[in-house]
Amino acid sequence: MFKKTERQARLILKRIHKNKNPFVFSYGVTPAQKWIVKRKRTEKQFKFFGFMSIALSAMFLGGLMLNIVSNGYTAFTRVQIYVPIEFSKEILDPENTGDRAALSKADYRKLVQNGLLTLFPANMSRTEKFELFALVSKGGYYQLREMVLADPSLVGRRGQLWLPAASNVDMFIKRHSLKSEIGISHYKVSNRQFEMLKELIDKERLRKVFNKTFFLGGDSQEPEQAGILGSFIGSIFTILVCIAVAFPLGVATALYLEEFAKENWLTDLIEININNLAAVPSIIYGLLGLSIYINIIGMPRSSALVGGLVLALLVMPVIVIATRNALRSVPHSVRYAALAMGANPVQVAMHHTFIYALPGIMTGVILSVARALGETSPLLLIGMVAFLTDVPKTITDPATTLPVQVYLWTNNPEFGFVENTAAAIIILLLVLVIINALAAWVRQKFEIKW
Amino acid sequence: MKFTPANPPIGSPAINRPPASGKLFILSVTALAVFFMPGIAQARDKIHIVGSSTVYPFTTTVAEEFGKTTDFSAPIVESSGTGGGLKLFCGGAGDDFPDIANASRAIKDTERKQCEENGVKDITEIKIGYDGIVLANAKKSFQFDLTKEQIFNALAKKVVKDGALVANPYKNWNEIDPSLPAEKIEVYGPPTTSGTRDAFVELVMEKACTGLAEFKAAFPDDDARKKECHLIREDGHYIEAGENDNLIVQKLRSNEHALGIFGYSFLEQNSDAVHGAKVAGVAPAYAAIADGSYSISRPLFIYVKNAHIGSVPGLLEFAEEFVSDKAAGPDGYLSIKGLISLPNKELIEMEKRVSALTASAKSN
Repeated sequence: MFKKTERQARLILKRIHKNKNPFVFSYGVTPAQKWIVKRKRTEKQFKFFGFMSIALSAMFLGGLMLNIVSNGYTAFTRVQIYVPIEFSKEILDPENTGDRAALSKADYRKLVQNGLLTLFPANMSRTEKFELFALVSKGGYYQLREMVLADPSLVGRRGQLWLPAASNVDMFIKRHSLKSEIGISHYKVSNRQFEMLKELIDKERLRKVFNKTFFLGGDSQEPEQAGILGSFIGSIFTILVCIAVAFPLGVATALYLEEFAKENWLTDLIEININNLAAVPSIIYGLLGLSIYINIIGMPRSSALVGGLVLALLVMPVIVIATRNALRSVPHSVRYAALAMGANPVQVAMHHTFIYALPGIMTGVILSVARALGETSPLLLIGMVAFLTDVPKTITDPATTLPVQVYLWTNNPEFGFVENTAAAIIILLLVLVIINALAAWVRQKFEIKW
Repeated sequence: MKFTPANPPIGSPAINRPPASGKLFILSVTALAVFFMPGIAQARDKIHIVGSSTVYPFTTTVAEEFGKTTDFSAPIVESSGTGGGLKLFCGGAGDDFPDIANASRAIKDTERKQCEENGVKDITEIKIGYDGIVLANAKKSFQFDLTKEQIFNALAKKVVKDGALVANPYKNWNEIDPSLPAEKIEVYGPPTTSGTRDAFVELVMEKACTGLAEFKAAFPDDDARKKECHLIREDGHYIEAGENDNLIVQKLRSNEHALGIFGYSFLEQNSDAVHGAKVAGVAPAYAAIADGSYSISRPLFIYVKNAHIGSVPGLLEFAEEFVSDKAAGPDGYLSIKGLISLPNKELIEMEKRVSALTASAKSN
């Protein structure tokens, strides 16, 4: 054993003497060499796996984004048809009462249908007529009704109006090359309708415009009429309530626990429980909200108020933990200095520690708001999964939020909702990106390095 | 480490700057006030509807039309499932409780009892139409023609083979019947929580199975037998695909060999890609479901709380709109959404029920 090592050592010295690599022996590979090769291989493998996992996540994310964007970008435009409209008195107000009630109940469908008929030769068959009428969305009728109710003097006048196209026509014009009839059945456009649409394009009675309805409308069962404003405002109300409750309560809790509370078994218990609460599944908070806020206190079901309070419960532990970490990172010298200047403990906490910890607290709050914004499951239990055509005006009005709207739309059979869903996801992701960017900015700008 | 000053300063400093905590304090007090504000519920001006997710697309369509074409505001429609909806609906009378419940099955006796216990004495049942349940596969492949017995043999947990009750041995369709293709049995369907699943097992599995002599021998008790008949195999040939019917349709688009179970309106909306299997020789089409020749269909209901008529504005008008020809009639806008409309006789009966509501409202 000893002899062998001695021989090897002598060989190494010999090679050094001859100015050659001491580890390469003429008769093979040494254990040291093997070990180095192996170590280098493991290092390479480790790097490779690390890179692959990033590449894989990037690929999934990229695929997801590509899918969403390719499905959703068309939702930002809408197809409209230019239709001559005669607000004829015979249809709207046959008894000439001039009454709002009569105008409210009138058959606006007829106005659109009459207008469409003037665009095409008169000798159409019954089915052809139905196919023609189906080109225009129901939203067109509602639009005319609103116009007349807002301005009754329109009755008896005539003009031309851009009316929204039906969902399948809308998708067809936006996504089909329009060169051949291949694939038109996918859009449920008949051959005759295809001809009609080509004719309308030739007459320049078809156009694509920016989709205002999507940004300014409430929910609808017709994909071309559905909008996200209702759920967007609902999200804002919910988040505002959530911050108004969770921020002061969470920060005050953390301040007290960190700066004033005595260290004993009670505070330890509270601390452990707060950490546990941060890990409770969100649906539990939904159940809690349902039984306390709605059933016991009697707050209005489906409202942003209850939603915000439930989400406040959800994010409060997170805010407490973030705030305590931020407070802990403020050096004790700051506190001693303040005390030395004659400040009392409350002043030390409020004028110094809290102020210095604020950037960290804000980052925590903003990130937990982003989490609250994406929550769906607790809101399902308190009735925020509702169909609402109206935009909520106060926090006690029934409301939904953006992620709930996405959930509701995915359940609809009409394929026009696919693009709406994707577009709503794009908006939701944009909002989340903005919020996260804001958190990063606050951290960069105001963070104090000790 | 906890920070505690060695000598806490006594009293407040001479120059008393208003503490920055003031704002925070006010904020928390308002927050607390909001927190414990007792019942903010005000008198309602909107109809409140809860219940089945199957009826949801139809009720919302009527709600939207109602909101857009009358001076009443559009009702709020919540999708809570039939059971959850009826529970809320039967919770009591008054502004805090829903006015209408959507249901994809008739109300149960226990639910009625619960309603009565909570002071909801009179409710009006309105049948709004039918919903067909279809088995569909990709258009590129074979259109199935199945009997209920074959569907049962393909999906049940236990089947009868050679006169004995055995765990389902069938792996391919042609093992059940040589006329069927030699393809693996692969069916995507709703999970146990779904109303569509309930209706499917009741209309297909139960019909095919409760009469079998072997089942009768093994489970003489009717209820136990029913329960046993409702069981669907769990060995990978039936795949629970979640509540979302769109997902099932997507699976069928990508997997030519699979079948899916979902509502008729989804078949209609995706007719370019999938076709429904014939059941007992009848393909699922609007007319066939309406006249009952396609047998897997169920009625859909709404339940109206009589006591709320008159106190909730527009409730009566909404019920009228729901049963009007314009909505529920054979060419109405609900039929475009995939609801199978009632036969004329039944529709007239429903209109009568609503006018009875009008009468009761007037006498109040």
